[in-house]
Amino acid sequence: MRGQYLLCSCVFLVILGGGLSSALAQTNDAQGLRQEIDQLRKELADIQKRYDDRITALEARLGGQVPTPGAPAPPDQTPAPAAEVPAGAAGAGGPTGSLPIYGAATAASKIFNPDIAVIGDFLGAAGHNEVNPSPTFQMHETEATFQAIVDPYARADFFFAYGQEGVELEEGFITFPTVPGGLLAKVGKTRAAFGKVNTLHNHQLPWTDRPLVTDNLVGGDEGISDAGFSVARLIPNPWIFLEATGEAYFGTNEVFTANKRGDLTYVGHLRGYHDITESANIDLGGSYARGHNDAGLVNGVDFGRFVTNLWGVDATVRWRPLQRAIYRSFLGRSEVIWSRREQVGGTQQSMGYYASGDYQFARRWFTGVRFDRSDLADDAAVHDSGQSLTLTYWPSEFSQIRGQFRRIRYAEESTAYELLFQFMFSIGAHGAHPF
Amino acid sequence: MNFKNFRRAVVAVVLLLAATPALAQGRLNVVTTTEDLASIAREVGGDRIDVESIARGYQDPHFVEAKPSFILRLQRADLLVVVGRDLEIGWLPPLIQQSRNSKIQVGANGYLDASLRARILDIPQGQVTRAMGDVHPLGNPHYWLDPENGKVIARAIFDKLAQLRPADRALFEQRLNDFNGRVDAAQKRWLATMAPYKGVKVATYHRSFTNFADRFGLDVMGYVEPRPGIPPSPQHTLDLINEMKQQNVKLVLVEPYFDLRTPNSVGRGTGAEVLVMPPSVGGVKEVTDYFKLFDYNINLLITALRKAGVATD
Repeated sequence: MRGQYLLCSCVFLVILGGGLSSALAQTNDAQGLRQEIDQLRKELADIQKRYDDRITALEARLGGQVPTPGAPAPPDQTPAPAAEVPAGAAGAGGPTGSLPIYGAATAASKIFNPDIAVIGDFLGAAGHNEVNPSPTFQMHETEATFQAIVDPYARADFFFAYGQEGVELEEGFITFPTVPGGLLAKVGKTRAAFGKVNTLHNHQLPWTDRPLVTDNLVGGDEGISDAGFSVARLIPNPWIFLEATGEAYFGTNEVFTANKRGDLTYVGHLRGYHDITESANIDLGGSYARGHNDAGLVNGVDFGRFVTNLWGVDATVRWRPLQRAIYRSFLGRSEVIWSRREQVGGTQQSMGYYASGDYQFARRWFTGVRFDRSDLADDAAVHDSGQSLTLTYWPSEFSQIRGQFRRIRYAEESTAYELLFQFMFSIGAHGAHPF
Repeated sequence: MNFKNFRRAVVAVVLLLAATPALAQGRLNVVTTTEDLASIAREVGGDRIDVESIARGYQDPHFVEAKPSFILRLQRADLLVVVGRDLEIGWLPPLIQQSRNSKIQVGANGYLDASLRARILDIPQGQVTRAMGDVHPLGNPHYWLDPENGKVIARAIFDKLAQLRPADRALFEQRLNDFNGRVDAAQKRWLATMAPYKGVKVATYHRSFTNFADRFGLDVMGYVEPRPGIPPSPQHTLDLINEMKQQNVKLVLVEPYFDLRTPNSVGRGTGAEVLVMPPSVGGVKEVTDYFKLFDYNINLLITALRKAGVATD
């Protein structure tokens, strides 16, 4: 060690000595030294100016404005935010003149704000419905969304729904897109991956309402949507896109109610997707959900410990010619759902389905048809059935007007004929939804 | 195990270990959002990369469906090259998120926004609202239609490839220089061909050809759609016809993915020729790479301008 120090010291002294002797030899004349220093200063100033010009040019290019070569950079016209020094402070050793305001509202301060959007859903109804009449006019739902990347490992999405009954968190979750093992993990309140319609927000639906089977067996507008976590993984294979999703929730919805800490709802979903051609594809899924229901609750105590099991299959066929994608498309979809609900008086085994087709026949125009049939979850002996026709007009990507003629036969007793009309409009930056 | 077998096993392990770096240095998987970027990436990466594009050249890149099959492509990607400027905002984010691929997440090493060093036009000034249509607040995203920007994109891809595969840097650099040289030579030819028609007025359907027009001296005097993303209205069509008649405009340029009914009625009303002009590689079957995109479009324009008898300087 001592030898290393000695060696380093020698090397240092040699370099220093060599440098000094060289410098002394070159600067015997003091006048010459001054001239050299002046020359160096000048060169340094030239280099600094050249770099300043290049930085200014680069900044201008990043801002999308390429300056004419050789032209001076435009001066910054925006005065820096400033505040005056309080009276009396001057001369007390403190700062003089204006003080900078840190954190002032500038465009840059908005960079890290989430994307914010609001989607309005106005619904009107005319006609006759004795069983489930909706108001003539209602602001059915206003969805406010906040979406942003949290950090290099996660993003967050919040969807608040302002409805007739108040405000609720429709979804609010963090997504970890790069968890080891090829997993996509979500934690928070999410719409469960049960079938197709349950995962969709109202503004994504091709109808003004949800199918009867959703209302009767899967919790309606709110659906299976609770706090919990979700993990999805792609299953490698050489043929198709195959994704398995597993979820666990603490049930607080119409279908599943957790009555004590261990009463979790479990949801599983398997999705297979395949491109038939570049314009057509098929999407198949199978779902299962299991959790406690509220049929055995008496004064807040779950005496029954009853369980509901749901099974579902879904199939979607899409067609959209690539070159005319903005003018023509077709989406055919069906879901069949079976419910096995334990309750006082025995287990009810219900079934329901819908089948729909939606065709885009012009850039702004869509039409569709839907057939519904569903037993009631708590009384499988009775069922509702319905048919709907829709016509949708899109003034732009950000607004739509829809009319829906709907006939529903409720429990084979009453028949409703209604004309529903909807205005939907979006402002702000709403992130794209998964396919 | 006898000594002979042991020796064989050792040799096999050594060979396997020796082969590992070579396997690790396999071809990079590059996914691009458009065929234009794919073509330029091929020019720089050569046979050291595999390139796939998500959107086809004949489809509207604003409205691509985020199909799950694209998730599988992105899952395998080492590098994702995007046009940026919000062109893919309606479909790419959920694909990236669902890819489960940490390499290509926004901000990661394998994510490249090709627009960052490009010359961007049509950056809106003042307040931006949807009353202006589906306007891009960060500027016109069709910037690849300027060959100078093609070189900038190639440079950005080179930087990224060299970063991801330093061992092949020299090869990528050689290919980049070769590409730039060919662009310069071709651009000289294209500019010379278009020079007599500098200032010729044209109408286009969408604002896809802003950079192209700027580079080759065309004057885009109007658009078939009244605002970006808004379909043409009868009144706007009438106004455009009147304006085109007044300014003696002889050409209407239409992207291959737009309906031709309105442009054709504009053509009938003004006597202008309607040209289906691809803004992207793959837009028509003849346009198979970045150079052919300009060759095809300039040839199309010149033929139509000569036919229309547009006076040259």
